[in-house]
Amino acid sequence: MRRFGQTIKDLWRDPMARVCIVGIFLIIVTAVMAPVIAPYEPDHMIAAPKSAPAPDYIFGTDNYGRDVFSRVIYGARVSLWVGLIAVGIGAGAGYVVGMIAGYFEGWADTIIMRIMDILFAFPSILLAILISTVLGRGLGATMVAIGIVNIPVFARTVRASVIAAKGLEYVKNAQSVGVKTFNVLVRHISPNVIAPFTVQSTLALSGAILTEAAMSFLGLGIQPPDPSWGSMLSEARAYMEQAPWMVIFPTIFIVITILLFNVLGDSLRDVLDPKLKL
Amino acid sequence: MRNYIIRRIIQLLPVLFGISVLIFAVMKMIPGDVISGILGIEATEELRHQLEVKYGLDRPYIIQYLDWIGGVLVGDFGESIRSGAPILPEIGQRMRVTAELAVLSAVISWIIAIPLGILAAVKRNTWVDRFVRVFALLGVSVPGFATCICVILALSLMFNYYSPLGFVFFVDDPMMNLEMIILPALINGFGISGSVMRMTRSSMLEVLRQDFIKTVRAKGANEKVAIFKHAFRNAMIPVVTLIGMQIGSLLGGGVIMEQIFSLPGLGQLAVTAINQRDYPVVQGCTLVIAFIFVIVNLITDLLYAFIDPRISYN
Repeated sequence: MRRFGQTIKDLWRDPMARVCIVGIFLIIVTAVMAPVIAPYEPDHMIAAPKSAPAPDYIFGTDNYGRDVFSRVIYGARVSLWVGLIAVGIGAGAGYVVGMIAGYFEGWADTIIMRIMDILFAFPSILLAILISTVLGRGLGATMVAIGIVNIPVFARTVRASVIAAKGLEYVKNAQSVGVKTFNVLVRHISPNVIAPFTVQSTLALSGAILTEAAMSFLGLGIQPPDPSWGSMLSEARAYMEQAPWMVIFPTIFIVITILLFNVLGDSLRDVLDPKLKL
Repeated sequence: MRNYIIRRIIQLLPVLFGISVLIFAVMKMIPGDVISGILGIEATEELRHQLEVKYGLDRPYIIQYLDWIGGVLVGDFGESIRSGAPILPEIGQRMRVTAELAVLSAVISWIIAIPLGILAAVKRNTWVDRFVRVFALLGVSVPGFATCICVILALSLMFNYYSPLGFVFFVDDPMMNLEMIILPALINGFGISGSVMRMTRSSMLEVLRQDFIKTVRAKGANEKVAIFKHAFRNAMIPVVTLIGMQIGSLLGGGVIMEQIFSLPGLGQLAVTAINQRDYPVVQGCTLVIAFIFVIVNLITDLLYAFIDPRISYN
């Protein structure tokens, strides 16, 4: 099993990965420090509606006269938070069910994987909208909904790795000398699952941010007055000719964030599984 | 082959049953009942009861489910609570729009992605490869709705062009139909071409370095034969898998494009019905979407044997 430090070192050697790590770090700092960095409260009117960018409000103002820059900064907080929690839910649940399905096989595997097949049969955005409607919409509902949508892909990834790891000689040895199942799973099989799991988590983060933005864009995700990049774009649609800055800045931030996570995911995959590097 | 198809269809039955149970259960879990939505807060108990009886909502859930699924099996999806119109013809009408958008988007994505993916693999580590990789990464990373808004904005500001809203069927007015659908299809096609391009490139690279390709070259075959006749066909399986999943998603997940361009497709119908709490319509739409997704995946599996004759379904 690769050590965490070694992975980071190898990752750091790749210039693209370096750019991504720094970029993501800056976005995280921006999100965490939003109250310090944002010049205004995200829901305060600070100037005339749809004012063009000016020194006092560098990204202009929206249709209610709110500072677009401050809303983009606070939006980063919402997007990252949703992404992290959603992937946490999806990855956590997917890891557990994938482990059980892959290790025990038989009935447990059949039942779990059929449930995953059922979840997989829905387009992710539609399933997320349905679940968030059941949960009552808003920030928490969006996180849980996107998290549930992510479970099948993690379960499949983990299950495939567990099945491959079960055939390894040292795992069979551990089983034959009576090591407890829990210990076999945690100490001997888990290290083999970490690489694809980590890569999947990074890619799922960009997917979760994208799904949240799409849901909010449709008005079915984060609800006003919480600023989210998707809901900002949704509002901006009606004014995009009079106030194009309302569209341009949230779009730039969404694209950059997703791009950074995707490139980092690719680099991480190259480091953790060099066979896939082509 | 026939046995394999029958076996796969039998295996699909519990999944389809599970999908129908999940959809029904989700509808019942949505907070706020539809009767209050129709009648408003001033509804009398008597009126409520009448409507509950009319829509069968007063019966136990299991009976409601059996009634619904029994109807579905004979092609009766029920009626919209809002409009009173039968659901299946509405879904059929909407499906035509969604299918046209999906097919056009998919074809555009293949036209862009497959040649570029092959070119990038053949010209590995050249500027062509780098360009294709950046292009593909943008396709994967730029959300469809963001592309839509930027394209609409650019066209209106620079060319004073506005894409016509609404929809006219191809058979009624082919030119108007194409004008309405080409922009969303191009944007959709660009979006999904990213992942197809990446998959084509990596799959081709993997095949190109295998021994049989070296043998083909060593025997003096020209490069085009080596690439298109031998490598391409062998590299297609993962690409076809991805394309199959994308077609399934496009047929059911075109919600965003349909909303932005006001296309009366299945996704738009589902979202509108969710907002209006028109449960029978949501149930019908999601069931059809999930069913299509499962069937497209089955067809994808069956296509493997045509692409690679070594694959046997016996």
